[in-house]
Amino acid sequence: MNDISIKVPDQAIRPEEAALIKKFLEDTTLFLAPDPEIMNKHDLMERSEQEDISINKQNDAHTIAKIRDRLQSGCDEGYEMVEQMGAAPGAKWGDVITGVYSASGDLAIASAGGVLLFSALVHHPIKFIIKNWINEPTVGVRDGDGFIHNDSRYGNVHNTDQSMILPIFHEGNLICWVAATVHEGENGAIEPGGMPSMAESPSDEGLKMSPFKVVENYQIKRDLLTFLQNSVREPKLQYEDMKVKLYGCLRIKQRIEDVLKTDGPDALIATLRLTMENVRTEVKRRISEWPDMTVRTFIVQDSTLRENCIAKINCQLTKKGDRLIFDFRGSAPEFTNRPTNTVLAGLKGMLSQLVMCYIWPDLPRGQAAFAPIEVITDPFSIVNSSYNAPNSQSLMSIFTGFTAGQHAVAKFLYSCPEKYTKVHAPSFNMINTFIWGGVSQHGETLGNLCADLNGMGGGARVDMDGEPGLQPIFATMADIGEQELNEEDVPFLQLVSKKMTRDAIAPGKYRGGQGYTMIVATKDSEEWGFMTTAQGAKVPPLQGLFGGYACGTYPLSKVKGVDVYDVLLNEPGKFKHSIEEIMNDQSFDGATYTTHHMGMGFEISNRGELFMISQGAGAGYGDLLERDPALIVKDLEEELISHAVAERLYKVKIAPDTLIVDHQATRTLRDNERKDRLSRGIPYAEFIKSWNKPKPPAHLPFFGCWGDDTETLYMGTPDKTRHANESMPNYMRHPKDVRIEELENRLAAAGALMDEKR
Amino acid sequence: MKVLMTEYLRLDLDAEQWECRVCNHVIGTAHKGYKEGMLVYDRDPRDIHPPILAPEKYRYTFSPDPEWVRILEYYCANCGTQVETEYVPPGHPPLHDMQPDLPALRAQWASRPEVLEVSVGPAVIQRADDHKH
Repeated sequence: MNDISIKVPDQAIRPEEAALIKKFLEDTTLFLAPDPEIMNKHDLMERSEQEDISINKQNDAHTIAKIRDRLQSGCDEGYEMVEQMGAAPGAKWGDVITGVYSASGDLAIASAGGVLLFSALVHHPIKFIIKNWINEPTVGVRDGDGFIHNDSRYGNVHNTDQSMILPIFHEGNLICWVAATVHEGENGAIEPGGMPSMAESPSDEGLKMSPFKVVENYQIKRDLLTFLQNSVREPKLQYEDMKVKLYGCLRIKQRIEDVLKTDGPDALIATLRLTMENVRTEVKRRISEWPDMTVRTFIVQDSTLRENCIAKINCQLTKKGDRLIFDFRGSAPEFTNRPTNTVLAGLKGMLSQLVMCYIWPDLPRGQAAFAPIEVITDPFSIVNSSYNAPNSQSLMSIFTGFTAGQHAVAKFLYSCPEKYTKVHAPSFNMINTFIWGGVSQHGETLGNLCADLNGMGGGARVDMDGEPGLQPIFATMADIGEQELNEEDVPFLQLVSKKMTRDAIAPGKYRGGQGYTMIVATKDSEEWGFMTTAQGAKVPPLQGLFGGYACGTYPLSKVKGVDVYDVLLNEPGKFKHSIEEIMNDQSFDGATYTTHHMGMGFEISNRGELFMISQGAGAGYGDLLERDPALIVKDLEEELISHAVAERLYKVKIAPDTLIVDHQATRTLRDNERKDRLSRGIPYAEFIKSWNKPKPPAHLPFFGCWGDDTETLYMGTPDKTRHANESMPNYMRHPKDVRIEELENRLAAAGALMDEKR
Repeated sequence: MKVLMTEYLRLDLDAEQWECRVCNHVIGTAHKGYKEGMLVYDRDPRDIHPPILAPEKYRYTFSPDPEWVRILEYYCANCGTQVETEYVPPGHPPLHDMQPDLPALRAQWASRPEVLEVSVGPAVIQRADDHKH
């Protein structure tokens, strides 16, 4: 081969050429996709020149505190308005946040209640607007404008949340932003309710609103509104809640204008900036009080909502000096055609919820509380999914990610001399509720959910039991709603509602707060159905703390071929008020009784058929042999646990009729159990010789790292892996195809396929 | 200086050892995980989370699937206190869950008094005007 001399031109680009290339690229950008520069950052923006000027003019701590309180009240007022007037069940029950953002887009002050995880999430679309629309001649940002947004790839948790974003001007200058965000529910996805578990690509997830202008001169643009209404199943709700969010924002704007009148723009700008900077500094100080340590844990997701499998959420939490680093590397690879992935911002949002609700609830709400905390993930993973991966059920990954963080944090907090909350075991973390949709008894098309998702059991605490049906991990001060009010609008009844599910427990010295039973049946519509979207029917989605146990598992049960309303009318004695009795007694003639995992795709229900689930328990704390027998008696009185299970687990002797504790017998039973532990327990070194396996077992469809090697991710079988940093398709087969293949193989083995042509 | 690290574990920063807070047993060196000084039991999860639905009739029973998850129980080798539990897929190596930086802890606690009773944190005080059912 001949050598050919080629003169390589000088590669250096002159500044004027670089500017020309930049202008060319800006002028010819075909698509403004989610911007990694915006989406990957959760820390505060640099202090701007204007903020510097304002802080130099106004930095009196008392004035700043006074203005902050006024703005906080304004945010809370806007929140109340949205909660009271909103049409979405999510709005009515507190799945809302309102806030004031700095001119650079950071969330400075948020409403005190509601979904605080938005604190780390809703700044992204504002930064997108600042970066792309302010100087865009076809869009622009002016006084009286309002922007709508829901696409989680541009910010937010999932596409069921919609935001209204307003720029606030003073004498022609953009000085801050206000926004309201609501879990709206319906968004025109492949299934009703806005969180489709059947989504196999982002195209199945309904409305995809990158931030765009939908309000001018404080008026909603009717042409765009009509388009949005046509894109969802609840056109009335879409309009009503856009108006509600707009007017919530306008109320906050009014409060900001009050501040401008009394204190001027510099005081406002300084308050927003100093609030964030002071919170950030305080968070660093508080972190430095923690022990320098690394804590490791993991949480198992036991399904993709379509099929059972094990998707691991791996978490290593390291504190060093004033740095706190959540490292989720080793978690499951993203699923190409399943919606349980989350974008990175969603995970960070839920970790910020952990910080603001469960670690330092006294801090002002806003973006700053999580700003200095670091998060590391693998790319293309279930906790940092790519643009093309569906994420409509990202709750599965952000909630289990939250729990991993909550479990790890407890091991840091215990030894801290100063505490801002009680150390406690993980809260229940799944949205065990019914999502519903169809045509109501009033002829309206609806799609939404029961607010029972807000009834998660609380984790046990260092000195007391967990609270049953306490609150959702994603919101404070959220309610589970009034079922009777709900039933005025929807064509089904909760025949059993808010009754604790006996024996579905998380034992410990202090037990987890228990979950309650929900039994629903359609009544007045022939076009109505349900879905459920939760994990944890096969493997608990929690870990216990300091010797306490996690919760058990929670399946879906169905009774078909029955009209329970006829039964209630004609043979009411046959209806029982627990899943246990209905399923085990099977007293409805001719009915079929089945159990399922909690990923039920939307299913039309016939009148009187039963769908039955239970909310879950928070985890237990401490050695169950230390549980005070008086607390066990209380559990028996409240029917949280059956007598036989209580005696067997807690090693107590309690008279079944009088509930009098035999303390001497109890002491003997517990002493014997401790002796039994010493005899059945195996020394660690010996135990791991036979226990530890180099790979996941062949029978487990396992996704994620195995053991300490976080760079090798298993992808469903022991033989298929990918490197943590590389992208690789991870398709799941349709569960019905899998089932058909199983059945065909059985037919073939039995010789029953005969001469069927293939 | 000794630091109360969990409900049942104490770190002796000078001897660099894990100790059981219930019986004062020395569990082992703090340069390794405390689990290495414990007894371990592979617990069938159905023992703790009993089936509520009849297992002979139903696939899902409110009881975890023992082929998918096990509970590792860690006991103090001296007093039998259950110090920790770990829900793991069968065969998954136990985690080194707490790995303290001993020199950093010594420096941190040099200026703190020893804590003998851990603070439980703030209580929620019920006010007279709180909402009640």
